[in-house]
Amino acid sequence: MGSVVALDSLLQDRRVWRGRQDVPPARAQSTGHAQLDAALPSGGWQAAALNEILLPAIGSGELQLLWPTLARLSAAGERVVLVGPPAIPFPPAWLTAQVTLPRLSIIQASGREALWAAEQCLRSGSCGAVLCWPERADDRALRRLQVAAETGDTLAFALRPQREAVNSSPAALRLMLELRPRQLRILKCRGGLTPSTPLVLDH
Amino acid sequence: MRWACILFPQLALDAVLRSREDLTRPLVMLSGTPQRRVLQAVNPAAREMGLRAGQTLSAARALSDDFDSVEYAPEQITHWHRFLAAWAYQYSSHVSLDYPRALLLEIETSLELFGPWPDFEARLRCELLALGFRHRIAVAPNALAARVLVNVGDGLVINEAQLSGCLKDLPVSRSGFTPEVASALAGMGLRRLQQVLALPRDSLAKRFPRTMLDHLDKLQGLHPVALDCYLPPDHFAGRVEFNFDVEAIASLLFPLRRLTADLAVFLAGRDCGVQRFVLWLEHRDGEATQVPVGLLSAEREAGMLFELARGRLEAVQLRAPVLAFALRAQELPRFVPAAGELFVERPQQSLAWEQLRERLRARLGDDAVHSIALRADHRPEHAWSSVPATGKQLLSKLPRPGWLLSEPQPLDDLFPRILCGPERIESGWWDGDDVRRDYYLIETRDGRRAWAFHPTGNSGSLWIHGWFA
Repeated sequence: MGSVVALDSLLQDRRVWRGRQDVPPARAQSTGHAQLDAALPSGGWQAAALNEILLPAIGSGELQLLWPTLARLSAAGERVVLVGPPAIPFPPAWLTAQVTLPRLSIIQASGREALWAAEQCLRSGSCGAVLCWPERADDRALRRLQVAAETGDTLAFALRPQREAVNSSPAALRLMLELRPRQLRILKCRGGLTPSTPLVLDH
Repeated sequence: MRWACILFPQLALDAVLRSREDLTRPLVMLSGTPQRRVLQAVNPAAREMGLRAGQTLSAARALSDDFDSVEYAPEQITHWHRFLAAWAYQYSSHVSLDYPRALLLEIETSLELFGPWPDFEARLRCELLALGFRHRIAVAPNALAARVLVNVGDGLVINEAQLSGCLKDLPVSRSGFTPEVASALAGMGLRRLQQVLALPRDSLAKRFPRTMLDHLDKLQGLHPVALDCYLPPDHFAGRVEFNFDVEAIASLLFPLRRLTADLAVFLAGRDCGVQRFVLWLEHRDGEATQVPVGLLSAEREAGMLFELARGRLEAVQLRAPVLAFALRAQELPRFVPAAGELFVERPQQSLAWEQLRERLRARLGDDAVHSIALRADHRPEHAWSSVPATGKQLLSKLPRPGWLLSEPQPLDDLFPRILCGPERIESGWWDGDDVRRDYYLIETRDGRRAWAFHPTGNSGSLWIHGWFA
């Protein structure tokens, strides 16, 4: 042992990289599913951040997962924007899920235009939640969405194919829906350890 | 009554200068016959080169060749005079265009709202400077006195008690007499208005036309001055001409910013908004290219109008160089400002949804942004609409999928697990889109739940029409 260096001075010199940055505790938005809220370290969706949901295909239970949040936001007068949805949101079901339809806006766009539109919506700060379906989004595009969500203080959802699970993502929260059996895996959650066991949501 | 007179000493030159980006470049305005071209007005840069108004063009060319010239167009002056009246209309209900290059505003009634006068004056001056018009302002108890006083000074404010004292000192040459009367008075050795007022009326009436005594009476406020009321037109038209060929859209952005700002000023004067306007790109030959800009609601904010028009303009492919650029707005509906919240939780830089929507439509197309609503119809294709619905909506308790496919897809599963059904939907024989189907709630091989159908009486393969997500 040559010399003793005080820990404080080392940290002040910034010569030591600290594994976890001091992330301010994120404000959470309840998902509307008590089980999921309890399992998530943040206690809900990451507000003002990108939340990624990975799906095997359209119709894998993504709406059951999102409807309570969308219903709550739209009832509170917030605007919910769907950018390039894969199909037509069928009003009878959305109304049954108690989503306030006049607060719902749909933007028809695809590819790069859809990413641009989603970023504009997130950045503007005039929307409560923005959902998008990026087909081929690279890390940079997702990072842009993440930054836009932070800037506009808006809840952002990216619904992407399941095969993207192997690629890293800048999203603050990553969930994966599985069909057989119907369950939900938490892949990543900013601000805490992810539970290893999958969740079974009761609808 | 109190009248403010705003005089624009260089209306024609200012109107040209404000549509130019580079103000340091010498510029002259030309008038006169083709044989004898005369400099009508020069900008400061040209004056520094020794050019003066009144010089002939050949004399100016002898001094320097490095200046731009534009034609002095009287109809342009009329246009800008009317434009300024439209601007002033937001401050007074009685705006008059009776005197050339000057506006008369009745301000007594406006002071309550915009006053006191020093604040009001500062506001007028500030806006005129932003518009790019040099001006002089004077206030007097009657319109004619205000017009005459603005000849001798800027910022004069005269009340009734001061008026007679002030008029006495006025030089005769600047008192607004006709040239013949003014020169006759000068020939008689009368220099100040005081000397004219001291003369007996009957001898003045013998020597001068009747209008001269009239003028004196009106100036002193003994006779009322009758002025026309300006009425703003129902449409807006602005035009910028280039003296060179414009080949790139980017060069149109500066004039576009001016035109949209002028439109916003006009709309504020009329207290209305604009929902649709057209940009005209005029070419040397052939039809002008029209670029319509449509909005979903009436707007009038200059920055937003520019942003939207820019989005539409940048998508245009120019087929020929542009010689002139015009903006025309025919429909000017009422403007209802958006109600903001007093306590805003969102960050400060947030953009209102209406503005965001217009920006998205400008790039993605007019129909790209829509809402969704329920329609009372049993056929799934007709059970939704993209326009907001009004009235009460009835909901059935039957299972319906969250996603509806716009085109049904064939199901590649031969023996799907049927969870529920059949539910027969048979409707639409009256409008030619007859539907007779049996719908099932099925589970596919991979575990997803679909809403599938086969036509009634044909128990063949199933078609997927929606997904229960």
